[in-house]
Amino acid sequence: MKDNISIRFLRVWQRNLTVYSQNWKINFLPPLMEPLFYLVAFGIGFSGLIGNITYASGQTSYVRFIAPALVAINIMNSSFFENTFSSFVRMYYQKTFDAMMATPLNVGEIITGEIVWGATKAAIGTTIMLTVISFFGLVSYPSGILIILAAFLGGIAFGSVGMLFTSMVKTIELFNLPIFLFVTPMFLFSGTFFPLTNLPLWAQYFALVLPLTHLVNLVRALSFGLFNSELLMSLCYLIVFCLIMFPLAIFKMRRRLIK
Amino acid sequence: MSEINNTQPIVVARNLKKSFGAFTAVNDISFCVDKGVCFGILGPNGAGKTSTIRMIYGFSPLTSGDLSVFGLDIKTQSRIIKARIGVCQQDNTLDPDLTVMQNFEVFARYFDLDRKTARERALSLLKLFALEQRRDAIATELSGGMVRRLVIVRALINQPELLILDEPTTGLDPQSRHQVWEKLESLKKQGITILLTTHYMDEAARLCDRLVIMDEGKILAQGSPQSLISEYTGENIIEVAEPEDDLRAFSRERGLRQEDLGHRLIIYTEDGHELYREICGHFTHKSCILRSATLEDVFLKLTGRELRE
Repeated sequence: MKDNISIRFLRVWQRNLTVYSQNWKINFLPPLMEPLFYLVAFGIGFSGLIGNITYASGQTSYVRFIAPALVAINIMNSSFFENTFSSFVRMYYQKTFDAMMATPLNVGEIITGEIVWGATKAAIGTTIMLTVISFFGLVSYPSGILIILAAFLGGIAFGSVGMLFTSMVKTIELFNLPIFLFVTPMFLFSGTFFPLTNLPLWAQYFALVLPLTHLVNLVRALSFGLFNSELLMSLCYLIVFCLIMFPLAIFKMRRRLIK
Repeated sequence: MSEINNTQPIVVARNLKKSFGAFTAVNDISFCVDKGVCFGILGPNGAGKTSTIRMIYGFSPLTSGDLSVFGLDIKTQSRIIKARIGVCQQDNTLDPDLTVMQNFEVFARYFDLDRKTARERALSLLKLFALEQRRDAIATELSGGMVRRLVIVRALINQPELLILDEPTTGLDPQSRHQVWEKLESLKKQGITILLTTHYMDEAARLCDRLVIMDEGKILAQGSPQSLISEYTGENIIEVAEPEDDLRAFSRERGLRQEDLGHRLIIYTEDGHELYREICGHFTHKSCILRSATLEDVFLKLTGRELRE
């Protein structure tokens, strides 16, 4: 009764949507432009050096290989940054959470609303990116549509981790630490820009622990239209990851906010 | 169960306690707030005022004790209670990402009000406080005083039965302060119960029907402003600058209630005129004044004069 999380979390989600839609023209730009930059850089500048690449026992162009990874990276960045820097600003500087806590909302709902918003933002960005890269024929349909759902799931996963850091940091500068130690290594070593099999065996096993590896697997399989066991395993990993991180983030934020 | 008859107090606190680790912010206090009154909590910085009201609006859990609001237990019914309370926190929590009007609409949603009702109420509240011309301003464009007034006004969007204000007029210019006081008085006339913390004694004396003075987590005194003045200082005060030793001797001999601050001697008295003439006549001084006692005298007498924090 005291702190059950009800559907009211949507009120918090709605607050963020209201702010987002005010600046939608600016908010739409990064997911629109970023994939274009990458595709030009890697597609024109880079792929000549690399040629084709082996994926799922077939040959594929390098651009087609990295396009889903770019989507996955965007999902990670979008939700992780939303629930670190942006949530921290709302919590610490703007006192938005304090104001909410004096209304019928409780902390569980506030944090749920924030994380679900981060995931929504990731899904919106993914939809825009998919539209762009689909023009280049880099996504198979209808399975590609499911990438939007994968974006939401990945958004919950990385948003929860971000929120967990938000519950711990004293100052906003400290977010550089998880970015340096968590986000950047994943960006490079999660089978994003080269197949994991290029790494030594120990590093391949280590990469399997990283959530981005599984999000990349999932998005890539969907963009190739391959419903294989790898997809299933990555999906399970992400669901379990969310089931651990999401309640943990709420638990830690309760400890931070309830004074 | 949630029905209130007119005699039941709005807030009943019994042996309320709030600790943060080893530090006790609120130490076993009890009080009642009756329906329709303006109840003030006074105290120096760090006295436990904010900690007390945070428990009342369901922000902080109690360490121990009992607290009921509208006859409901805060420990189990906080959501229902919070829906019926309006809160103006000490920090300005106006949302800087939104316009004034959006602030009201977004806030109204937290109370499950529909858009139409929210807009109607927001407009009439903004009019009431003469803020309607700023409805489309982004919150960051507004002056500090205007933001403060908007936070107070926003607390009324759910038509609360209990309005909780944590130092509401800090940072306001005298004009705005008087406007806020007037509006709060008219809200009180409509039957809204008001609970406020302040360290402005003029504010407390003007608005509060009853008040408690707190320090170090304890209630030192409670009553109406006038009864506290009569009880703790008497009606009048004689203040003598640079008192001589013979005046001190005279005062002791007469058994006068006094406070010796070194460079200033403060004498509390019921009927001061006779005594004032006597002191002025016998002990000639540069500055010797007779004035009415105020809540500030009571406050300083009870909480001492050392600086806090």
